[in-house]
Amino acid sequence: MRRPLQYLALLGYVIFLAFPIVWLLSTALKSSREMASLVPTWIPRHPILSNFADAFSEQDLVGSALRSLAVAVACSVLTIVIALPASYAMARHRSLISRFAVGWVLVSQVFPFILIIIPLFMVLRSLGLVNTLPGLTVVHVTFVLPFALWMLQGYVRAVPRELEEAAAVDGAGRIRSLVKIVAPLLAPGVVATALFAFISSWNEFLFALVVLKDPDVATLPLTLVKFTGAEGVVRLGPLAAASLLATIPSLVFFAIIQRRLRSGLMAGAVKG
Amino acid sequence: MTLTADRTRKPATGHGGAKKRSRQGRETLVLMLPALVPVLIFSVGPLLYGIFLAFTDARSGRNAVTSFVGLSNFGELMTDADFWASFRIGLIWAVSVTVLQFLASLGLALLLNENLRFRSFARVLVLVPWAMPPVVIGLMWRLVYHPNAGILNSMLQEAGLLDHNIDWLNNFSIALPAVIVVGIWTGMPQTTVVLLAGLQSVPKELYEAGHMDGASTFRRFWSITLPQLRPVIVTITSLDFVWNINQFGLVYVLTQGGPGGQTRLPMLFAYEEAFRYGFFGYAATLGVAFVIVVLAVLGLYIWRQLREAN
Repeated sequence: MRRPLQYLALLGYVIFLAFPIVWLLSTALKSSREMASLVPTWIPRHPILSNFADAFSEQDLVGSALRSLAVAVACSVLTIVIALPASYAMARHRSLISRFAVGWVLVSQVFPFILIIIPLFMVLRSLGLVNTLPGLTVVHVTFVLPFALWMLQGYVRAVPRELEEAAAVDGAGRIRSLVKIVAPLLAPGVVATALFAFISSWNEFLFALVVLKDPDVATLPLTLVKFTGAEGVVRLGPLAAASLLATIPSLVFFAIIQRRLRSGLMAGAVKG
Repeated sequence: MTLTADRTRKPATGHGGAKKRSRQGRETLVLMLPALVPVLIFSVGPLLYGIFLAFTDARSGRNAVTSFVGLSNFGELMTDADFWASFRIGLIWAVSVTVLQFLASLGLALLLNENLRFRSFARVLVLVPWAMPPVVIGLMWRLVYHPNAGILNSMLQEAGLLDHNIDWLNNFSIALPAVIVVGIWTGMPQTTVVLLAGLQSVPKELYEAGHMDGASTFRRFWSITLPQLRPVIVTITSLDFVWNINQFGLVYVLTQGGPGGQTRLPMLFAYEEAFRYGFFGYAATLGVAFVIVVLAVLGLYIWRQLREAN
């Protein structure tokens, strides 16, 4: 009696989580004629792919995707370069600064964005960085950094201190032991953190909305919102198609992180 | 890595403890500097300046000196009917999303912790909304809620629950609940994963002991699972509440705060004040007020939970 009920409940959850996504897919494959029919259908009778082409022609999808890509890549590289040494220090040496960093990670979760984005906007404006991609990158790095530090220092902590000490006894210097022993063990964690930074930046909407006013520099999320049309013309097919396309990188990267998270650290530690 | 390269390496042995500690302190500082500088310039600094702005009449277009106005922004905020309306909506939104999302996620996590078939498939599916850009989630649900071409109206009509099309996101009394459902959908993955991890860390022996004592399923859930999960529950619901009360993007894409301000969450209100009307000082005031409220509510809550737990 219990099992069937459990399966029923699980089915309910699966439907709740899946149906909007299925509907998005279905809408992306429908012609506007079929969309106008009185009874919407789950499976398109005459599936078409032209919505994808229309999505590209109606909005600057390629340009904004490239801009999003540039910002996201810059954001993840910068985040790693900045956070890696800091996280190493945080994990290996308790001090006032590292405690400050931990505190900042927690505090940064609580503050309403408006309190930071207004002064940050003023700072960027005085630096001439409003409406520029470097400006947005700076903002993204700032907001990814606390959690990236948090993630990375966890990975550093998972590398046994004894490994470094053993290397020191064997005569390897700090740098050598960092490069030869710690870095390879840390690689999966660095990849996971970089991907986290990439996805956060790729998906980010609010700061882009504030920092990038000029349509010529719009990132992908900003361009997607344009499909809903301030002019009142909403073309559902291309909107759905563009939304699906924008989700693909996130899904791919998420799939990679998933595998990394499961096998990464353990496998790395065993191999080392 | 370039930063670690210029440190001279010396074996730690042979140095006095205090000397070693100060050297380590310097090392830590050097390693942390590249992170500290941007955090101070682009995060801590702006935050402090933002708090300062709350006491000024700063406007967006005006580069001239802004003058200090003391607490008058706070006074204005307290008597601003639009603010209170949006504060009320924000509370309804944050409390309902947090509570309902928690209950739904707990149910799902319990199921995924059982030895059911399709469990791994469901575990992967649960994660998908997490990987979707929030803007896409907003647009996707607009398609679901669409008055004519949306699937929700036709599903409900086929089930005989509805006899006419509803414009969900444009209906005064339905828009907020409709948006809350999207909030739950969006937040469920993360909460479920956290709760599932918590469930998996409950020692098996406790359940075996419970079984031996003949405790019922419900009894075991109530007396073993819930108390063991408490720290996880406190953390995730507190964080969910804070994230929800600070929510902006999802609702901006869904309704832009409409219809008639029925879904204008406090952060949408602040965004409009700052970036549509240009009242930087006033919007910052709202931010400060929010920090105070959130810290007051959560601080008390966490403190009490911790005291009970000890």
